[in-house]
Amino acid sequence: MEQPGSTKLDGSNTASANEQLLTFIVDGEEYGVDILRVQEIRSWSNPMPIPNTPRYIKGVINIRGDVVAIADLRERLGLPKLEYGATTVIVVLRVNVGGNERVMGVIVDAMSDVTNVPQAAIKPPPTFRSSAEGGLAKGIVTLESKMITILDVDLIFDVSSTSLVPAA
Amino acid sequence: MTNRLADIQQQLMGTFIEEAVEALTQIESGLLALEKCQDDPGRIHELVNDVFRAAHSIKGGAATFGLTQVAEVAHHAETLLDRLRSGSMKPNAQITSLLLTSVDALRALVQWSNAGDGSDAPSTGELCKDLDAAAQQLGGSSEREAAAATKPASEAKKTHYRIKFVPKPDMLTTGNDAVRLLRELTLLGDTKVSVDSARLPELRELELTKCYLGWTIELEGTVTRAQIDEVFSWVDDDAEINIEELVATLTPSMPALPKVERAHDPVARGPEHGADRDGGGSIRVGVGKLDMLMNMVGELVITQSILGEIEGDGPIEAKRLASLRDGLALLARNTRALQESVMSLRSMPIGTVLSRFPRLVHDLSRQLGKQVELKLSGQTTEVDKTVLEKLGDPLTHLVRNSLDHGIEKPEVRRARGKPETGTLSIRAFHRGGDIVVELEDDGGGLDLVKILSRAKERGLVGQEDVLSDDQIRELIFAPGFSTAEVVSDVSGRGVGMDVVRRNIKAIGGHIQMSSVLGQGTRTTLRLPLTLAIIDGQLVGVGSYTYVVPLLSILESVEINRSRVSQFEGKLPLYRLREDLVPIVSLGGVLGVTSGRISLDSGLLVVVETDGERLGLLVDELQAQQQVVVKSLETNYEHVEGLAGATILGDGSIALILDVQGIARLARSARNASVGRAA
Repeated sequence: MEQPGSTKLDGSNTASANEQLLTFIVDGEEYGVDILRVQEIRSWSNPMPIPNTPRYIKGVINIRGDVVAIADLRERLGLPKLEYGATTVIVVLRVNVGGNERVMGVIVDAMSDVTNVPQAAIKPPPTFRSSAEGGLAKGIVTLESKMITILDVDLIFDVSSTSLVPAA
Repeated sequence: MTNRLADIQQQLMGTFIEEAVEALTQIESGLLALEKCQDDPGRIHELVNDVFRAAHSIKGGAATFGLTQVAEVAHHAETLLDRLRSGSMKPNAQITSLLLTSVDALRALVQWSNAGDGSDAPSTGELCKDLDAAAQQLGGSSEREAAAATKPASEAKKTHYRIKFVPKPDMLTTGNDAVRLLRELTLLGDTKVSVDSARLPELRELELTKCYLGWTIELEGTVTRAQIDEVFSWVDDDAEINIEELVATLTPSMPALPKVERAHDPVARGPEHGADRDGGGSIRVGVGKLDMLMNMVGELVITQSILGEIEGDGPIEAKRLASLRDGLALLARNTRALQESVMSLRSMPIGTVLSRFPRLVHDLSRQLGKQVELKLSGQTTEVDKTVLEKLGDPLTHLVRNSLDHGIEKPEVRRARGKPETGTLSIRAFHRGGDIVVELEDDGGGLDLVKILSRAKERGLVGQEDVLSDDQIRELIFAPGFSTAEVVSDVSGRGVGMDVVRRNIKAIGGHIQMSSVLGQGTRTTLRLPLTLAIIDGQLVGVGSYTYVVPLLSILESVEINRSRVSQFEGKLPLYRLREDLVPIVSLGGVLGVTSGRISLDSGLLVVVETDGERLGLLVDELQAQQQVVVKSLETNYEHVEGLAGATILGDGSIALILDVQGIARLARSARNASVGRAA
């Protein structure tokens, strides 16, 4: 069992000015999440669908006896669907929804890297964007040749903001 | 670092609060018992001591954590208690009620400091003054008389121990003799010894040098714990010794009050403070149970290594196959044992809930001007924690109802030829895999005529309707029904019984009422042993498996096309003998198959919810088995139509259906489609 609270959810690493990100690819773009929020990474397994849930919630999977809901990040971001394949992975995250600590997974196209990013390099997300993008980003960082969008993991599963997802 | 210290502080504080709540319950029970045994000085002495100790530990703890107000109230109460203890004062109704008020104040203060929400502390200045006044004013007058009373009291003080003595098999080889130990114990006081021969092996396996027996000794007398310890001092390492002081000396006239042993009493916190900070709360578990668990996990590890050895390259020959089978059988056995002992960890004695009632009855009966004796039995009946937590409120409602509506005022009772003091008994016991809680009073019973006229008045039934007795009895569960002439503080708001029934149903239980006019009412609650495991019927829909709780299934039938008719061309109905049952496509409701129903094949699982039948159309029936319920809410949200999820043997997930929710979903889907058609 994961001890909840062994890592503080709001545990911004004050000791160093670096933020460690786990990055992955969705629709050709690189996204990152705070690595302290990542519980594990799993290969794709077929979920059990749950009725009457937002479209991007693909269902629940069994993680060592825990029933964990997983969300398709493409659909959450309003991107076109992709067949799940060999590189598809589920990033299992510890999230905080409405004050409750939960374990949930996001489906991404492929894993990328673990990157150290100086906090100073993180810029706020551009204000010029359509609401269709879901507003899940909490920052953006440019490194050498690539750009990483940093996601606010708590917002991914905030079902109350579902209305932001366009009906496909 | 400071953070860690704060964490530790926080944790200790949590422990203190749990303990304080426990101690308060103990004080409360002690005080209530005190009221009833005015003429048994020995017993009074014992009770006052208990209460004093509990108050003292609250005071100490509170001071440590800087809860000055708590410490202050506890201190003043302690001063008063000290006078009782020293015998310079005798307990009377006035003192106990004052002390009970202090308990309430302390509880409010403890909850206030636990909530930490920045609201103002409850004021206690007046109370402290009252306590002091009581301690001084009453002090001098009865000193002499009481002093006389204490002397025999301390002499008569007898303690009662239960000692479990289970020697290890090779105790005899270390030169210890069980017989000698037992003889020594009999010298200390009156003993009752019973022997446990469960460990005795078959005769041909019996080894002469080993000791297979265990003893339980009940010892009564003026004995101190140290004396007993001394007897066993030489066999400490060679035997399991468990010495328990039985607080309630078995005096038959006294209804033994439940001794609350668990730290976390979900009920004592009070509903308004139900917002647990740590979500799950905690349970205090005996070390023995944990050791047992540890042993079983050890066994499991061994089994795993046995199975691991079998694994290897090459074909599995007969010998390996045999040991594989053995290993698997062992694994099955261990798993079952492990499951059972984990379940036993989750269960708590129902006494933790019942312990609130002596106080409730005491206060309520006074408030209502009635005389009521509460009889509790079966407090040690173990119930799953989840069930227990949800049992408190419905039971409180029933007790209040019984006192308010059931038991009559003394003058009425006298006129009816009954003893002035009414009796309310609450019994808890196991019956056929269920927990049964029975509340029985000897009050007025249900007045069916009055109920019917009230129901007509409220428009719950038509003026001309003729109802059977059972139907009338059923009316008290209708929302908005209340027969109390006056809406009192106690009950009569008309939100009673329907809420009770809903709560009991929510934990998978049943409620039943029977009553004889003028003689009393009996309410029977049947509750499942646990919510964590249910009997389920696995059904297949498309490529998915779902679990239908077996309790809600009436029968399952193979669908016969000729028995299906379309009501108004839209709603498919199935003719099941005399009944017409609406057909609901489970796959359609759950969104895993298209909404279109093919009625040519498949099976119909007929379920009942709220007195209504529904046929769930599924593709196949699979096994019937017990499933472990996992909440979806832990990591997701509550989903309408689902009671949770479970994990099947192959590691896949199956959703457990909530039949009532499914019916609601089906109905709203139907409404939506009708709306679209119109």
